[in-house]
Amino acid sequence: MLSIKGLRANVGDKEILHGLDLEIGAGEIHAIMGPNGSGKSTLAHVLSGRDGYTVTAGSAELNGVNLLALEPEQRAHLGLFLAFQYPVELPGVNNTYFLKAALNAIRRARGESEYDAVAFMRLMKEKLRVLHLDESLLKRPVNFGFSGGEKKRNEIFQMALLEPKLAILDETDSGLDIDALRIVADGVNACRSPERSMMVVTHYQRLLDYIQPDYVHVLAHGQIIRSGGKELALELEERGYGWIEQVTEVAA
Amino acid sequence: MSATTDNYEHLVNAEYEHGFVTEIESDTLPPGLNEQVIRTISTRKQEPALMTEWRLAAYRHWCEMPAPNWAAIQHPPIDFQAISYFSAPKQTPKLNSLDEVDPRLLDTYNKLGIPLEEQKVLANVAVDAVFDSVSVATTFRSKLAEVGVIFCSISEAIRDHTELVMRYLGTIVPPSDNFYAALNAAVFTDGTFVYIPKHTRCPMELSTYFRINAAKTGQFERTLIIADEGSYVSYLEGCTAPQRDENQLHAAVVELIAMDDATIKYSTVQNWYPGDENGRGGIYNFVTKRGECRGARSKISWTQVETGSAITWKYPSCILRGDDAIGEFYSVAVTRGCQQADTGTKMIHLGRNTRSTIVSKGISAQRGQQSYRGLVRIAAKAEQARNHTQCDSLLIGDRCAAHTFPYIEVKNPTARMEHEATTSKISADQLFYCQSRGLSEEDAVSMIVNGFCKQVFNELPMEFAVEAQKLLSISLEGAVG
Repeated sequence: MLSIKGLRANVGDKEILHGLDLEIGAGEIHAIMGPNGSGKSTLAHVLSGRDGYTVTAGSAELNGVNLLALEPEQRAHLGLFLAFQYPVELPGVNNTYFLKAALNAIRRARGESEYDAVAFMRLMKEKLRVLHLDESLLKRPVNFGFSGGEKKRNEIFQMALLEPKLAILDETDSGLDIDALRIVADGVNACRSPERSMMVVTHYQRLLDYIQPDYVHVLAHGQIIRSGGKELALELEERGYGWIEQVTEVAA
Repeated sequence: MSATTDNYEHLVNAEYEHGFVTEIESDTLPPGLNEQVIRTISTRKQEPALMTEWRLAAYRHWCEMPAPNWAAIQHPPIDFQAISYFSAPKQTPKLNSLDEVDPRLLDTYNKLGIPLEEQKVLANVAVDAVFDSVSVATTFRSKLAEVGVIFCSISEAIRDHTELVMRYLGTIVPPSDNFYAALNAAVFTDGTFVYIPKHTRCPMELSTYFRINAAKTGQFERTLIIADEGSYVSYLEGCTAPQRDENQLHAAVVELIAMDDATIKYSTVQNWYPGDENGRGGIYNFVTKRGECRGARSKISWTQVETGSAITWKYPSCILRGDDAIGEFYSVAVTRGCQQADTGTKMIHLGRNTRSTIVSKGISAQRGQQSYRGLVRIAAKAEQARNHTQCDSLLIGDRCAAHTFPYIEVKNPTARMEHEATTSKISADQLFYCQSRGLSEEDAVSMIVNGFCKQVFNELPMEFAVEAQKLLSISLEGAVG
């Protein structure tokens, strides 16, 4: 599904990713963990094509297509989805209208037929039911005046609707209380499928109690310094990131 | 069927050969302005002596007036002696086919969904027959005549309904009102006259759409609309034909009068040529629009979408004289490139229980400069008057600017005034968010801008709202970054 090889990326003159390798197979959930400033968000942004980053070496392919050469919307058309750490408000833009335009843009790019208003409404209601979300969400402007929890839920709702092949969840747990966290995690779990891969970026093991990853990777200083199963997350929780960085330095 | 078609062909050919072409050849006066020019205009238009004197008085007044300099706009001084005051607004050479037309212009027409035949008319390509315009115009006329509505050019009205026109002309915007209104009064060559009789609901939306008469409308139009007691009219003014001229002065005057229980809804979609990327060329749009709610419970509603012109200087206003009268102003103005707009409204509350609503949405991109200038005045006798003003600005990029100059004068303590204002910016974050959901940058901008303008678009008649939305996305194409 996703194949990253020797990826190096700068912000300005400063290199943040120092040759990162990562393979994610179809249907797998990979957790990316690491301390502040380790390059987690940079990785998410570089993959989704945000301005402000320069890739200096390496490659990132989604199902064999070079992501790095594409505009952000073209990456979305291929099936990439980024759930934002800080979802952006669009005052005056109706949520339903926004989602219909987005889904139809993706379908158009793929040469599929567009949804009409009735079919789209049916699809939305079905997704709302699966995620246990309130219909009032549809009538409001995109993220405008939403609480932190509502914004994150709206991200998951968008993911459910756009049905990406690879979803990147950038610190989706940040700023959520325990109840909201559970609702969001339930939503993510409802979206699990053998055809859908996920990259869950997080600081804390807590989220991984609810979203069980297949693999856990530790990112430090712009490289993946250790990979393992979900037990690695528990070990990190217990011993902190300092431990693993020390071990790695000794090994190096 | 074929007989009808023949009739039209005859009609169109006749009008085309003897009306349009000869008028241009014979009626273009050399540049310059003096009393003789005004007398000539008046004579050519076969106006009564009364009208000639009215024009001359306006001209003499204009000679004494200085050009206004209080607006937040900048332009080189206008040489009024270099303008020809009696000619069609555009005298581009007749072209033989669409291949000779500027492809950028055609591109715009296609995006607006204008049919091919109309494109030819707009681009000044010779067309054998334009069935639609003629049939539309004639069915309009007879249908309106049945209910007693008068809808004709102002020149025709001055000749055929002299008494009616002279009773109202210049009573809302007197010739001495301001510099450009005085100039207009002296030299106006065409425009529209509408009279809706008592207790009549005009059976269709009236319009000076480009397809009917803009090809011959002068740079100094004059529009007068009178809605008699208990009547209703919705009037659409479309200036969607892009123009390619050098800087050109467009100084129109619009007067509306609503009697007891009458309603006038006046909608404008203005897309004059704005000049090129560097601010060369484009229309100077210096317009005075004012309506008087003369009768009790009367209502005047202005809705405007302004995307064109190099400079816009325009303040559609309402004088709320009748008790319980209502004035409304809904505006979307876009400035990009080097466009400048100083626009807004005046709500003058004179009657009791008068109410007014102002919703102004300004969008600036690239080096666009925009000012909202508004006045709400509550006179001493206007008991229980109410006003709500909402004034929002949206900035795209970091080289544009938005300014607001709201004036409020309240002389009656029972007045209730509300003023809300916001300024926001389309951010890189918003665009990236939309793009990450699969939308192109241009679609994202158009979505955010349309969301911003929704409240005003809702006030426009259906077809105009669709057109305005399209126009807005065309105007803002490539405006980001």
